[in-house]
Amino acid sequence: MKHRSPSEQHHGKKPRVPAAAASASPQDGMEDKAPSNPRELTQNPLKKIWMPCKNGLPEKHISQRKVCMTNCPTLIVTVGLPARGKTYISKKLTRYLNWIGVPTREFNVGQYRREFVKIYKSFEFFRPDNEEGLKIRRQCASAALNDVRQYLTEEGGQVAVFDATNTTRERRETIIQFAEQNGFKVFFVESVCEDPDVIQENIVVSVKLGSPDYTNCNTEEAVEDFMKRIKCYENSYETLDEVLDRDLSYIKIMDVGQRYLVNRVLDHIQSRIVYYLMNIHITPRSIYLCRHGESELNVKGRIGGDSGLTPRGKEFAKKLSQFIQAQSISDLKVWTSQMKRTIQTAEALSVPYEQWKVLNEIDAGVCEEMMYEEIQDHYPLEFALRDQDKYRYRYPKGESYEDLVQRLEPVIMELERQENVLVICHQAVMRCLLAYFLDKTAEELPYLKCPLHTVLKLTPVAYGCKVESISLNVDAVNTHRERPEVGIKTHTLSRHTTSTDPLFARISFHVLSALCKHSCS
Amino acid sequence: QRPGWRLPEAPLKPSVPQFCNSPTVIVMVGLPARGKTYISKKLTRYLNWIGVPTKMFNVGQYRREAVKIYKNFEFFKPDNEEAMRIRKACAAAALKDVSAYFTKEQGQVAVFDATNTTRERRAVIISLAKEKGYKVFFVESICDDPEIIAENIKQVKSGSPDYVDRDIDEAMEDFVQRIECYKASYMPIDDEKDRKLSYIKIFDVGSRYLVNRVQDHIQSRIVYYLMNIHVTPRSIYLSRHGESELNLLGRIGGDSGLSPRGLKYANALADFIRSQKITDLKVWTSHMKRTIQTAETLGVQYEQWKALNEIDAGVCEELTYEEIQENFPEEFALRDQDKYRYRYPKGESYEDLVHRLEPVIMELERQENVLVVCHQAVMRCLLAYFLDKPADELPYLRCPLHTVLKLTPIAYGCKVESYFLNIEAVNTHRERPTNVNINRDTEEALQTVPDHV
Repeated sequence: MKHRSPSEQHHGKKPRVPAAAASASPQDGMEDKAPSNPRELTQNPLKKIWMPCKNGLPEKHISQRKVCMTNCPTLIVTVGLPARGKTYISKKLTRYLNWIGVPTREFNVGQYRREFVKIYKSFEFFRPDNEEGLKIRRQCASAALNDVRQYLTEEGGQVAVFDATNTTRERRETIIQFAEQNGFKVFFVESVCEDPDVIQENIVVSVKLGSPDYTNCNTEEAVEDFMKRIKCYENSYETLDEVLDRDLSYIKIMDVGQRYLVNRVLDHIQSRIVYYLMNIHITPRSIYLCRHGESELNVKGRIGGDSGLTPRGKEFAKKLSQFIQAQSISDLKVWTSQMKRTIQTAEALSVPYEQWKVLNEIDAGVCEEMMYEEIQDHYPLEFALRDQDKYRYRYPKGESYEDLVQRLEPVIMELERQENVLVICHQAVMRCLLAYFLDKTAEELPYLKCPLHTVLKLTPVAYGCKVESISLNVDAVNTHRERPEVGIKTHTLSRHTTSTDPLFARISFHVLSALCKHSCS
Repeated sequence: QRPGWRLPEAPLKPSVPQFCNSPTVIVMVGLPARGKTYISKKLTRYLNWIGVPTKMFNVGQYRREAVKIYKNFEFFKPDNEEAMRIRKACAAAALKDVSAYFTKEQGQVAVFDATNTTRERRAVIISLAKEKGYKVFFVESICDDPEIIAENIKQVKSGSPDYVDRDIDEAMEDFVQRIECYKASYMPIDDEKDRKLSYIKIFDVGSRYLVNRVQDHIQSRIVYYLMNIHVTPRSIYLSRHGESELNLLGRIGGDSGLSPRGLKYANALADFIRSQKITDLKVWTSHMKRTIQTAETLGVQYEQWKALNEIDAGVCEELTYEEIQENFPEEFALRDQDKYRYRYPKGESYEDLVHRLEPVIMELERQENVLVVCHQAVMRCLLAYFLDKPADELPYLRCPLHTVLKLTPIAYGCKVESYFLNIEAVNTHRERPTNVNINRDTEEALQTVPDHV
């Protein structure tokens, strides 16, 4: 039975909320609860989150602000002829959602087909009268949906991106029913494009760089075959229709983002997805990431603070200016944080720059301006906790990498909108931005190498990002601290002990840390 | 002031990306009673709150100034030449004021609120904008649901100065005729002919949107905002945490727990919320102990938002005002000079807070019934958004402890109901003292500090 709140009935909205979700709706008003004695609160030592506890152990019952506050997982379904950018969008969207903390995975039906039909012969496989082909393709779609179900119900996934043409209403109806049965919300992303140049470019990308289907042909043959492939779909293509599909939730992207039709956005995550899709573009451009020049606190081996550049740092700023000029970049935007060292670096470029507070370095709270040795001395537990889970660990009265990612999301959104940009920032900040562009996991992120005096040039290419690392040949201290090995004096933690376990507080660690080398002042 | 490090001779750069180099004119399009003024006012309020100087220009207002007394719908008949002349003149006057707003008042966005239902009228605006170098973004509201339209007319038009002497039914009847006058000549934005224009079409109060050629950041933000607002009736409850231990001591910031009275408040809040019989209430807190303790007594699920944390007072965390005056007298004075923009050393400003809270506001717009348990400075920022308070008033809004504010959107604004739950608490509100000069003496500085232990 479809669930409709009174308000929805009044305004004629008819969202198709799966039955499973309707019954699993969030708590009602608290009409019948008796006043309770407030529970004790304990602060989780890793994330510094206050949680209710009983006898020293944390209780569930609260939720951290996560991006996706839906109860049901979401199935994003791409729609469109081949070479319309569906896979490009799928991969990018998946990368973005994972980065902001929403577990997402894409399922490319073409991949399933390739595993099934080991060798691709020609476009004939896709002919609408090829019974055998149709059977195989249907099976592949089913297999993919099965994996979707497993990911969303058993593996903790929250969003699945089902990447296939899905060009017939019949196929889409199958998917909708599948979603309803399993309690998933469905959101369609259709890409419609008739610009022959764009299509040609897409085909070349698919053919040269993407598809194992064409490894043994030359480009011309491959393109020809691909175009015939597209023709096979064209006759039966039923685009999402304003009237017939008015109850579905979808975005139709037309002409590579010139125009969008958005229908029935149901919840927060769909709203964020729409916003993201409306901000990305495919105009060629490059993003330059670098840190400020070497700072006074850097050479003292102290973290954080707001110090100025050393002479070597100033040297770097000058070299950076020369480098940027040599790159002859049109319309370069330059962004810095609001900390002295990035601004001093930008000043040397003699171009206008914008200061973003959200680009400030991670706040180390009580550990600001300390050396790692001092942190080990004064806060050995904190130091150990950080090494246990560097991504989620929050400095007392400070931030975690996880917090940083949330704070940097508007920067990423604006970077997507912009074209050529140089971002002068800080080590932890740069790691977060880099992780977004290079699709690094939360585990890898805090250990990405972002040395001083090195510029990373990121250029989107095909489905990913080309990275060029350019060292500007000015010496600097190394501020990179590797993931340390835990020493023998520790208790071994079982796999299941998570960092939210307050027992943590009673275990002492001896950490053999790989402290970075720095020159003592 | 502490807007970020500024080296000598460098021009001050804003702490947010430049929204637009050229000013933007947002042009509303649609038949009467389609929510244009509602959208215009809301959008203007939002843009001003996030720091984009925006002003609304309602052509109906200009018409009311020109034609002192409104008789009836005949004024709007397409064959009424006299009226047509007046209406055209009013639109021109409004556009002239738009230009003045941009050139003389440093405005960045102007919302041109009128029906703009003919291609001809829109062409006039487009060519003026082109001539002056303004960007144009159209917002068209299309709705044919008679129930929604009737509701609009009832809620809003009956209160209009045009109908002040008439009863609801008369007003309704006249207004319906008014709409008919526009219908014959209404030409919606055409997806083919107008494909070069930048616009968003809103269908059926947000069920569907068509977005064409978003040019820049501010237009992208506007689209995002418009796609997140709704008109479903609901209420937003704002409250601070219960009185905290540090509150009692007159100390700012920190992460202390509730005092005994604060705990009493938490229980009273639970009773109050229960008595309100709210359907599907969402409860949000910050990450700080005192708001969480307060929410705990409610006995329902709540979400913790780091973005709702109290303003970071940096080096002044956990100090009393007396101690701040003793240790940082200059900072203390600077803060009184411009409390909105002043940033604590190694801390934040109200301006920073607003940026941090923008995702909270966006999600509040999406949601329905919500209780937000937060902090003084945070609550001031949220309240300023809902009640359209400017930056200089925001830091002085009264948000006392142990008082729940219930905000209910009505017509073009927000009804506020204040509930003091009868549990005594210290006063934490510090008014702006008379002397804000850096050279003032201690007594002058501490003139308005509230009492504490």
